[in-house]
Amino acid sequence: MNYEAVIGLEVHVQIKTQSKMFTRVATGYGHEPNTLTDPVVLALPGALPVMNKAALDAIIKAGLLLGCEIAPVCKWDRKNYFYPDSPKNYQISQYDQPICLGGSVEIELPASARNLMGEHKKIPLTRIHLEEDVGKLNHGATDSLVDYNRAGTPLMEIVSDPAMHSAEEAYAYLTSIRATMIYGGISDCDMEKGQLRCDANISIRPVGATHLGTKVELKNLNSISFVRDGIDHEIKRQIAVVERGGTLVQETRDYDGQTGTSQSLRSKEMAHDYRYFPDPDLMPVRVDAEWKTRLQAECPELPFAKQRRFFEQYQVPYSLTSVLVWDRMLADYFEAAAQLAGPGKAQAVGNWIVNDLLRELSRGSAAAVGDAALRPRSPARDGGLAAPADAHALATSKVRPAHIAALVNMVDAGTVLTNAAKEIFIEMAATGDQPAAIAEKRGLCAAPIDTNELETWCRDAIAANPKAVAEYKSGKDSAINALKGPVMKAAKGKANPKLVDETLRRLLAVM
Amino acid sequence: MSSKLYFRTIADLAAALDAKQLSSVELTQAVIARTQAVEPRIHAFNSFDEADALAQAAASDARRAAGQSCGPLDGIPIGLKDVIAVTGQPLTASSKMLKDFVSPYDATVTTKLKKAGAVLWGRLNCDEFAMGSSTENSAFGPTGNPWDPTRVPGGSSGGSSAALAAGEAIATLGSDTGGSIRQPAALCGVVGLKPTYGLVSRFGLIAFASSLDQIGPFTRTVEDAAIVLGAIAGHDERDSTSFQAEIPDYRAALTSQRGPWKLGIPKEYFAAGLDPEIATAVEKAIAFYQSQGCEIREVSLPHTQYCLDTYYVIATAEASSNLSRYDGIRYGHRSAVGKDAVDIYAHSRAEGFGPEVKRRIILGTYVLSSGYYDAYYLRAQKVRTLIRQDFLHAFRDVDALLTPTSPMPAFKIGEKADPLALYLCDIYTIGVNLAGLPAISVPCGFTKSGLPIGAQLIGQPWKESNLLAIAHAYERAHDWSAQFPIF
Amino acid sequence: MSSAPALDIDHIAKLARLALTAEEKATFAQQLGDVLHHIEQLAKVDVTGVEPTAHASPIFNVWQADVAQPGLTVADALRNAPAQRDNMILVPKVVE
Repeated sequence: MNYEAVIGLEVHVQIKTQSKMFTRVATGYGHEPNTLTDPVVLALPGALPVMNKAALDAIIKAGLLLGCEIAPVCKWDRKNYFYPDSPKNYQISQYDQPICLGGSVEIELPASARNLMGEHKKIPLTRIHLEEDVGKLNHGATDSLVDYNRAGTPLMEIVSDPAMHSAEEAYAYLTSIRATMIYGGISDCDMEKGQLRCDANISIRPVGATHLGTKVELKNLNSISFVRDGIDHEIKRQIAVVERGGTLVQETRDYDGQTGTSQSLRSKEMAHDYRYFPDPDLMPVRVDAEWKTRLQAECPELPFAKQRRFFEQYQVPYSLTSVLVWDRMLADYFEAAAQLAGPGKAQAVGNWIVNDLLRELSRGSAAAVGDAALRPRSPARDGGLAAPADAHALATSKVRPAHIAALVNMVDAGTVLTNAAKEIFIEMAATGDQPAAIAEKRGLCAAPIDTNELETWCRDAIAANPKAVAEYKSGKDSAINALKGPVMKAAKGKANPKLVDETLRRLLAVM
Repeated sequence: MSSKLYFRTIADLAAALDAKQLSSVELTQAVIARTQAVEPRIHAFNSFDEADALAQAAASDARRAAGQSCGPLDGIPIGLKDVIAVTGQPLTASSKMLKDFVSPYDATVTTKLKKAGAVLWGRLNCDEFAMGSSTENSAFGPTGNPWDPTRVPGGSSGGSSAALAAGEAIATLGSDTGGSIRQPAALCGVVGLKPTYGLVSRFGLIAFASSLDQIGPFTRTVEDAAIVLGAIAGHDERDSTSFQAEIPDYRAALTSQRGPWKLGIPKEYFAAGLDPEIATAVEKAIAFYQSQGCEIREVSLPHTQYCLDTYYVIATAEASSNLSRYDGIRYGHRSAVGKDAVDIYAHSRAEGFGPEVKRRIILGTYVLSSGYYDAYYLRAQKVRTLIRQDFLHAFRDVDALLTPTSPMPAFKIGEKADPLALYLCDIYTIGVNLAGLPAISVPCGFTKSGLPIGAQLIGQPWKESNLLAIAHAYERAHDWSAQFPIF
Repeated sequence: MSSAPALDIDHIAKLARLALTAEEKATFAQQLGDVLHHIEQLAKVDVTGVEPTAHASPIFNVWQADVAQPGLTVADALRNAPAQRDNMILVPKVVE
């Protein structure tokens, strides 16, 4: 029998704020233990919570970006459970009135080749709500140590419908959420710092069935590749259990990415009864149209929309946009350069950015961070996203959009030839000098070629290649390339390719 | 006016301090000496720090000498119920759980009193985590009523009422969740004010039931209550339930707001179970207002019979969650029994909490538990709406309601063993908390056996000025507050 | 009065993390049974169409701007800790 997996993801995203969700002590990562606490964080007797306005702005923005309905009124509930990382032994969360309802996440699945666009899908969301993070437990052999620095950090929980059917989809979903959050300035989504965490609910059913099978919750999918591997592993495990004639049990399993195995978690308190009730210490939130409109204005265009627009507006192919759009700064950079370069030159601009600029940047950042080259890539391809090192490298790069635009125009006008332009680019990246100045200084300008001499070379090439001429005449346009080689050779590479093309076509036309 | 410093009022002492007839150090020394003399019989305090109080008093005297007095509370010893945080001082909630806890921060009312120059004096006994009506639920032993130390001072703020009545402070603060200021004020013969919910910040007040708790003053006179309220009221951005209201000059309002007022007498508050001597005393108060030209109307609060049940569902539910933080992990009592963190919780809490606290946590956990939420908690919240509507409906016709504060005078320590019987002490005070209203208990006589009786005036939301003025009109014509326990 | 049949004191005590003695369980079950019996009368109130009151006077959107303010020093944060090591709270091993 063939089985289909049904997957829902619960994604926790830490919101990037200065202060915590319900008190104003600073948030942060990597600080000395218990240096980011106050009476509220530690749940000292008498401490009271007060909402963080910026966190509310951020979740509404996230909801708007993902097409959610923003609830006109929402409230806070207490989720009661005891655990040493939870200072109050209840978590302030949203139970039956989340701030964002519905919405969807657009994903792209891998295509057969890297330069081809894959299938797009919209994964429906159930809800997004706001809550507070817990502290960190460091488990030792005989005891545990608790650090409350993380406790109280604003945390968004994005809950999808059980609407994904493969590890690839789940993976694409997560990377799309990550890109959206980074784009919106909502979170840096650094999984190593726990800013993005993921739990998966997985079940299987025979293909064609509509019921949901026994659900297993998979926890600790703490890196982007563990998500794919862990879900894949769990689907295979469930199918194996069923095919052996076994029965699946509803349980929570812990995935170990190092060993690629999962283990059932036996909670001491088997039946959870969170005793949710409205938090009497907090007042409800009312979101009016004016607030939403203001935040809507701050919402950036998301990568897939940008990709479609770049294709329509600039005719830039997928092979370039799939690189350009995943880093907001890079996309903006591209667009600035394309605007400066003028109509018809966006693809050349894109080529320079994707091939040359990113190479220079990764060289720079490799030197700066002593790490392998990092560059933005399409998440549909390999899930990598702009690391902060890249963003920093682009922001501080000496090559500005105007440089790229100028260089593209020089090549287009035949002022410099391609090989010379590559040299100019490298120097430009090192010095920040204008391309024209570099060409001038280093004598890289294409020598003006006598048009009579060029015409002679062209006539010679036509005469020497009757087969190519015949093919061209019979309608095979690319046959003209066979004539360009000899001309360039005669010109010792210094002829303007555009002029060569024009001259050949003029001469062929009158034959 | 009493010849004894420790029995005098804030208004009177502030005048003497301003006139340099008296220093804060002298006053504080008198209060300390009195405290040391009577504490063995009263046990109103969980702890006090004489050196700290005298240092505050000396600082106050220095301010006055430099012409920088902060106002009428500057140099006045004020005691705080042991549920209000003071930096560097113990904060126990009269619980073994917090026996050794020292607060690293100030409650907002503490900050405000410090700004007003008050001498913060001692940590006052109460029922554990403010749960009770007699102060017998303190882990550190009961407090005696100064009028008869074999009797309870009321509760939960019994240390606050007893200390004031016994002359161990010039004013005190308590907290009121279901009557915990007004009932002990009535039983000890002092004034107790529970402000409108949201008028006084709860930041730094150990929470019992967050949607009901409110801090308020115990004073000898209504005028003193106006002075202390003026100092502690006001919006606090650290308490989300704190209201952004203009704070009027309550003291000035005592004389500027004149009657005659329309007073409502809720018939449900004079039903079976009310001690006849109390009924008589309160009826005399009604007659007084009538004699002053006030219009007296009988009103009905038809959901009164459901107040107690509504209260016990909501208060215990909130408390069960509020008290979860006391787990022996970050602070507080940690049990030596228990192999892992889960055991530590259960044993620390079992050892740290007294029986009444455990009972209420169990009840509150139960009413919130899966399958019972709608039947208990949600339903109670709906009945709460009806209870509040009853009051607001009555206030369309009257300025305030006049009722007994407590159905009974101070009873013997140990007399009421049944929790339900004790819960009934609060029947006249609980509705006010559910509706979030201001109310004040003023002394209105004594029983034949010499126990104080209190009358409760319930005001419209945010109309403390009016409420205080109505109470003040009664107080001026009577001398109950000029009587002191003899011992 | 009998104890309410629904009050499973073992289960509730476990949820509330209270290690009650057998004696406490018996006493509480009886006392709370009486209280619950009293509370049963809430069922008599007609609450059709009545909105629940979570706050006596609700206000909306009470928040602060996202400006970080100083918190407690580590010493103050840990001054009441029953057990600590390396500036962290020490707890017995947490068994999942």
